[in-house]
Amino acid sequence: MNISIYCFLIVSALMLAIGIYGFLTRRNTLAILISVELILNAADLNFAAFNRLLFPAGQEGYFFTLFSVAISAAETAIAIAVMINIYRNLKNNFVENLDSMKW
Amino acid sequence: MASTIIFYCLAAIILICALLAVTTKRIMRAATYLLFVLFGTAGLYFLMGYTFLGAVQVMVYAGGVVVLYIFALMLTGRKDVKDNEKASIAKKMAAVCASLGAAAILLFVMLTHKFINDGGLLSAPAEPTGEQATSITQIGQMMVDAGHNGYLLPFEAVSVLLLACIVGGLLIARKR
Amino acid sequence: MDYTYTILILLLPFLSFLFLGLAGKWLSHRAAGLFGTTVLGVVTVLSYYTAFTYFTADRVDGVFQTLVPVNFVWLPFSDALHFDLGIMLDPISVMMLIVISTVSLMVHIYSFGYMHGERGFQRYYAFLSLFTMSMLGLVLATNIFQMYMFWELVGVCSYLLIGFYYTEKAAVAASKKAFIVTRFADLGFLVGILIFGYYTGSFSFDFTGNAVYAANAVHGVVPETSKALAAGGFILPTALFLMFIGGAGKSAMFPLHIWLPDAMEGPTPVSALIHAATMVVAGVFQVARMFPLWIQFAPETLHIVAWIGAFTAFYAAAVACAQSDIKRVLAFSTISQIAFMMVALGVCLPEGSFTDNHASLGYMASMYHLFTHAMFKATLFLCAGCIIHAVHSNEMEFMGGMRKYMPITHITFLIACLAISGIPPFSGFFSKDEILVAAFQYSGVMGWIMTGIAAMTAFYMFRLYYGIFWGTENKEYHAHHTPHESPAVMTVPLIILTVITCTFGWILPGTFGSYVSATGEAYHIHLDWSVAATSIGIALIAIGLATWIYSGARQPIADKLQATFPRLHRWAYKRFYLDEVYQFVTHRIIFGCISRPFAWFDRHVVDGFFNGLAWGTHASSNGLKTLQSGRVQQYAFVFLVGTLLLILMLIL
Repeated sequence: MNISIYCFLIVSALMLAIGIYGFLTRRNTLAILISVELILNAADLNFAAFNRLLFPAGQEGYFFTLFSVAISAAETAIAIAVMINIYRNLKNNFVENLDSMKW
Repeated sequence: MASTIIFYCLAAIILICALLAVTTKRIMRAATYLLFVLFGTAGLYFLMGYTFLGAVQVMVYAGGVVVLYIFALMLTGRKDVKDNEKASIAKKMAAVCASLGAAAILLFVMLTHKFINDGGLLSAPAEPTGEQATSITQIGQMMVDAGHNGYLLPFEAVSVLLLACIVGGLLIARKR
Repeated sequence: MDYTYTILILLLPFLSFLFLGLAGKWLSHRAAGLFGTTVLGVVTVLSYYTAFTYFTADRVDGVFQTLVPVNFVWLPFSDALHFDLGIMLDPISVMMLIVISTVSLMVHIYSFGYMHGERGFQRYYAFLSLFTMSMLGLVLATNIFQMYMFWELVGVCSYLLIGFYYTEKAAVAASKKAFIVTRFADLGFLVGILIFGYYTGSFSFDFTGNAVYAANAVHGVVPETSKALAAGGFILPTALFLMFIGGAGKSAMFPLHIWLPDAMEGPTPVSALIHAATMVVAGVFQVARMFPLWIQFAPETLHIVAWIGAFTAFYAAAVACAQSDIKRVLAFSTISQIAFMMVALGVCLPEGSFTDNHASLGYMASMYHLFTHAMFKATLFLCAGCIIHAVHSNEMEFMGGMRKYMPITHITFLIACLAISGIPPFSGFFSKDEILVAAFQYSGVMGWIMTGIAAMTAFYMFRLYYGIFWGTENKEYHAHHTPHESPAVMTVPLIILTVITCTFGWILPGTFGSYVSATGEAYHIHLDWSVAATSIGIALIAIGLATWIYSGARQPIADKLQATFPRLHRWAYKRFYLDEVYQFVTHRIIFGCISRPFAWFDRHVVDGFFNGLAWGTHASSNGLKTLQSGRVQQYAFVFLVGTLLLILMLIL
């Protein structure tokens, strides 16, 4: 009935690494967004775990997680709006096509 | 003991589904795997006793965000453009190296650090009880409390952010 | 007496220039000409009024006072040294006022006929106004720097007006030549001014301050002893001589005279105004302006000026004897006469209190000759303009026998020729006589040289006169284009100027010296009859010689002389190949040996260096550009690696 903080940390670190891998390899912008969600989720998990460790009765990390969830929801909404717009213009969603502002 | 087993199961689900989410060729499946990852995370929250947080995770993330993804995928999906992920080997290798490097460094930092109260996360005050427990009532009061323990300012900031996000999303996505 | 209104003498022509220059496009020729002439008429009236009040005012200690009715500091360099703008009235500037405004007015009127129907008529009048303003500003300057500024302005006007027919190559080349040669000389002027200002601590023409400074320097009792010692001994003559180089450029002294003959490409009235009567005497005026310093601190240097002048006078007279273009003859005659004025200034001797009316007779003589020369040389040029107007050519071979067609021009030209030859009672006689007296006073050699040159003057002027008005008529040429007398608007100025020439010398005998003299005290001109008789005699002989050689229908003697001395004639005709020498020096030596390697260095090494820099920047940025690929994932990767490295640095 005792789970070490390290276990949570390992899970979240691995989730972060997987998210990074997805971010770097995916072509479809929506898939990249999914990877970003993984990264954010890893962070949320860490917040909750640390809060549990440090302030079992406190709420700091708790609320941080709550707000983080809200913010990632907002970010997703905007990002998806942008992607739909891109799709309308380019007829696809591939990240390598989005380089017209490079120079 | 039961919680340990539950934890390992959830961790396994999370990691496997996360891996699948970033490697699967079909994006719709990726979104589905993401859903399982989020469910798993919510499970971990429940395990820690953060029931409200877990509920929010399920409702907002799994219920809202993933649905949003699925709608977006359906809006942008095209039959003729195959979304096969044929990233080059070099790119994949670089990504693997980077992510493994990141994981290694993070784990190194975390595992070599001696945390206080490392007797186990769930043991300390075995279960938050009574008034101390973060009841929904308490959370609601803290959300709109401007006092020492209150979170009114971030709450309002987030609400304004969400409003801006609604307006911005509409503005960006609307047909011109 | 309040002379503040004299500012109008400068402002009116300037406003006229602005108006004609800006609005001339919408004015008719007649309106533009009338406007310019009217404004100048007002200026002339003002000038005469100023002269009248100035010269009738009471003298203080027997000297006309030097007045500065308008003055303000423009650029203060230091507490003591500042660049002022203002108006200074003293005898020579007032005298110059009369000369400039009179000749300018005559030329304005004359141009009405001469330039009739030319393109750019308004522009022409605008430039004339600007020139008049600049020249008046030059003579009225209160300090050497202001003089320099207006000096450059007249140079610009000269450039603009020589190049008036800017569609013709020769005119463009001539204007550039004039500009470059005089600018080259002005460099000397500027350096001289700066040296002068540095050592004397003032630019002002009020020399009492400077004189004290430098005189004390001689005795070695000035705070800044070294500076002042230098000023007293060597520096002041150097500065004055450098200024004289500027003056030599403007006044076409040998060897900087080469631009003046070419300047005849401009319209003839312009030649009369700028290149005969006013601007070219600016050099003489400048030396006269600085005369107190010259005579006090640099009398030996002044003698160099005299010898340069004498040589120029001789050279120009010799060249004038062989030219066939009537304007060129007049141009060389101008050079020669200006050189006479320079000689007159140069032969002044310091005596007693440094300036003495008898010892410095040349000063008065020079100014006197400047005045009379302006009048009769303007007449000659305007006559030449009439002739060119009638014949449509500058060459003497197209002329001959013109006296039948152009009686007024003929008479005025003859009188002006007599005046320049020094025949009494015309004004030239009196002024030239004074110069000769001054030259004899200096040394017998100089006196006889100048007398000889005066004889040459008479000779070439009458050669010109006979070539134009007598001799064989070019019937063939005149047949299809009959010459005719010019309209009244052109002949009236001629007559007015001739009347001045006829009367100025004797109507008020000796008056000029009482107004303008070296000390400022009245000097009564008295003819030295031995010198006068010699010069008259020798002039008459020269005229007789010219008559004998050139007045006939055929000119066997001239042809024979030319055949006997072909080389001499050719050299004189080609102006002793001085232009070719310049060409050689500038093109072969300066351009070829100095400028070209420098240009090569500039083009290949300096430019190459900077081009290399630019190329390097371009190439390296092209290389760097690929880093910014627009691939988000690449950015993220780099960012991540960077972050990881940072973390590694922190934890290790």
